[in-house]
Amino acid sequence: MSKLIEQPRYSCALGVQQTVIAIQRAVPIVHAGPGCSTKIHSLLGQGEGYAGGSTIPCTNASESEVVFGGEKKLKGVIDGAFKVIDADLFVVLTGCTSDIVGDDVGQVTREFQNLGKPIVFAETGGFKSNNYVSHDLIIKAIIEQYVDRYAPAKDQVIPGLVNVFASIPYQDPYWIGNLQEIKRLLTGIGLTPNILFGPESGGVSEWLTVPQAEFNIVVSAWPGLKSAKLLKRKYGTPFYHFPYLPVGGLETGRFLREVAAFGDSVDREKAEKFIADEERKFYTHIERTADFMLEFRYGIPRVFYTILDATYAVGFSKYLLNELGILPADVQYIVDDTPEQYREGIREQFRRISDRRSAKVEFSVDGGEIQENIRKSSPKQRALILGSGWERDLAVDIGADLLPVSVPITYRLVLNCGYAGYNGGLRLIEDIYDRVLGTYR
Amino acid sequence: MPKVNLNLTEVPVREKRLGSITGFAGTAGELVDCSSSGCLKDGTRSFSQCMGCSSGNAFCQLSMIRDAAMVNHAPVGCAGDFFGYNFVYRVGQMERDLPPAIGRYFNTNIEEMDTVFGALSKLEKTIRLAYDRVKPNAIFVTTSCASGIIGEDVESVTDRMTKELGIPVVNCVCEGFRSKIWTSGFDAAYHSIVRKIVKPPQKRTNKVNIINFWGSDVFSKLLNRLGYEANYVVPFSTVSQLETISEAAATIQICPTLGTYMGAALEQVYGVPEIKAPMAYGLAGTDAWMRELGRVLDREDEIEEIILEERAAVLPKLEEYRAKLTGTTCYLTAGSAHGHALIALLRELGIDVQGAAIFHHDPIYDNESSAADMLDHTVKTYGDIKGYNVCNKQAYELVNILNRVRPDLMIARHGGMTLWGAKLGIPTLLIGDEHFSWGYQGLLNYAERILETLDNREFVTNLAKHSSMPYTKWWLEQDPYTFLGGSTHVKAY
Repeated sequence: MSKLIEQPRYSCALGVQQTVIAIQRAVPIVHAGPGCSTKIHSLLGQGEGYAGGSTIPCTNASESEVVFGGEKKLKGVIDGAFKVIDADLFVVLTGCTSDIVGDDVGQVTREFQNLGKPIVFAETGGFKSNNYVSHDLIIKAIIEQYVDRYAPAKDQVIPGLVNVFASIPYQDPYWIGNLQEIKRLLTGIGLTPNILFGPESGGVSEWLTVPQAEFNIVVSAWPGLKSAKLLKRKYGTPFYHFPYLPVGGLETGRFLREVAAFGDSVDREKAEKFIADEERKFYTHIERTADFMLEFRYGIPRVFYTILDATYAVGFSKYLLNELGILPADVQYIVDDTPEQYREGIREQFRRISDRRSAKVEFSVDGGEIQENIRKSSPKQRALILGSGWERDLAVDIGADLLPVSVPITYRLVLNCGYAGYNGGLRLIEDIYDRVLGTYR
Repeated sequence: MPKVNLNLTEVPVREKRLGSITGFAGTAGELVDCSSSGCLKDGTRSFSQCMGCSSGNAFCQLSMIRDAAMVNHAPVGCAGDFFGYNFVYRVGQMERDLPPAIGRYFNTNIEEMDTVFGALSKLEKTIRLAYDRVKPNAIFVTTSCASGIIGEDVESVTDRMTKELGIPVVNCVCEGFRSKIWTSGFDAAYHSIVRKIVKPPQKRTNKVNIINFWGSDVFSKLLNRLGYEANYVVPFSTVSQLETISEAAATIQICPTLGTYMGAALEQVYGVPEIKAPMAYGLAGTDAWMRELGRVLDREDEIEEIILEERAAVLPKLEEYRAKLTGTTCYLTAGSAHGHALIALLRELGIDVQGAAIFHHDPIYDNESSAADMLDHTVKTYGDIKGYNVCNKQAYELVNILNRVRPDLMIARHGGMTLWGAKLGIPTLLIGDEHFSWGYQGLLNYAERILETLDNREFVTNLAKHSSMPYTKWWLEQDPYTFLGGSTHVKAY
């Protein structure tokens, strides 16, 4: 399998700076070369938020930090950050320069931790992994170095409290909307979700209640699992895993019913009432639009390609096939460098994509290779591509409709749009057919 | 010491080659005096925020050569800017009526084991892959902090692949950590072009090289009238076009911060004269630049005619704008020479430039000509600028200063800075097209946009009311240069 990359769709380990800025009033301190932070921001994220973008403190490591070590410089920048930036938590992240040279960043950070300062660190040298992997690393750093130290009542489980690990902020361009919907749904079945990231979360004080959760919920093919396992080890919190993005009536219903069954404190009758009501509303819209789907005679997409991360690829494929009647094209592509141990599970999801159909899936991080394959097997039917901005010309060339879902998302401006849940399913229909109908003169 | 040496694999960074600095607080006049007397000192900041790096700037010049492919020898995060440049490339295609084409950019994906065992075989494979997929007429390899620190001998691979593939495979050394001045990346890109793509001239043509980014075509009209032809380099050119830039009649740089190295290299190595004059911003600067162009192209009489015509065409309107703008206060943040040029332009319009945060300072350019020192020209023509600050982005200093100065208008020429004007309720303007404010007409263009911006207060007023401020109260009360210290003497020039 080729590891060389044309058209990158994720970042390096340091890309996790975007996870940090997604926590309300948390600020990364980047100990890396001068361009890293800006390059990451350019791929992941529209807008700098509270203190991302050009606000991010950075040592801008130069020749002298590489030759003589950068610990002194880092110390100065941390010291300045506490004075200049108004934040609740700082997260020191290293880049290639520091990790190759071997700065003892832990020692520098500990000096501040010992003074009672809210600061943690993680080694995220770009070459070490990617931001899908380091997302869990940063959650681990925050739990072990901050939450565990300052959580007021670690042993007191709060019934109904759940931590949700459901999205990688900014890597998932729709993270705010997705988390908003997941929080709404979990609240609807009677739980109190710690959503942890974005405007729907309670920021650092919410993180301090993480150990008190009744159980944890992972909504993801694989990122987030390590965090749930860590919390199980550390605080004995059980976790429920839903291995893809639940989109639309069928899968959201399945997700919520399974969660309700998992949590001891959930009032299942009340939960079922909520789910039934949501389903009724959702299918009202589907029913209302079914005649359009069946009758629009000038061509709407009949097959789809997903060129997405595993969480999205499975979730979207199930939804498009089972609820919109769009068929999977010859191959679906997964672009998140899925670790080997999770691949079989994902293949299995595609093998039983519906009761009567299986679909083929390939893993590749090389967008150029994927595009070559699709061009070669260009389908006869009008196709829908759920990919990224890189697919712009491919879509035109094969006469397909393109909905950019993955980064780089450049052709869309995303605020709180999300595709998770019932509302997300409806939004996805609107966005797909908005594009389709927009092609007519 | 000659600044251009094509025998070197890499061009020395600006700090070493030109004595450039990134930290200074004083007046523009003081900076000019220090620069010319050789007593310039650099300040370093004990607290800093993220900047940009050479590799991005090298990439921005090389990645829009229409028949070349790019290989970035780096971990995947360094390729985070690929799509942004691809987008710029495609916007430029639309403006130039070129067919849509995607940027063919590859990343070698350096991983942990590669930092131990080396990644040259990955590099070789990626170059082959790029060749097979794209069949380009050249491949440029940009390096990274990781490839640099582990000591990859990239040149050995590019040399070998050049032979094997029969096209230039060119090493562009642009590791981020080497320089605090990201414009060093421009020099790296140009060094690789002049060293490995440009061929010795066979003849002289009537083409004039214009070293630019991707701005609109404002030069053709002028040059055609003089019997010459504009040849924009490097973005949107082809490899064969670049091969013959040595045959041009002259080289224009739209900004010496960008083109200093290429302009000097073409003159010193291939005898293509470079226009060494103040930049064509403001009346005096434009006059001086036009006259130097006329002298070099041997069109002095025609230029005098054009100057008279253009002045007559813009002066009445300029007077109107001046009457409206005189007394307006402004703070500016921008790259080096372009910033100097904008100060001249703003002063020409009667605007009171209360201060400027300029990303770096080159005390001299590669051509070693003092005639091209735009800051010197601006100070001499329009008077000193108090509150002149050399600062490589550093939004925290900017916010502190803006909060004190509270100008009527803020102008920024780099992403990530405008927000701080707007959050304080200050009308803020960013012009992307670097040719928009050029020449006589540029004065009018800019004045019109400034008036529009000053009039557009509703958005910033409302934004200011609802914005958060990530800077502490303590910081906003401190001297903006609290963290700037440790003056180091700069010796290189």
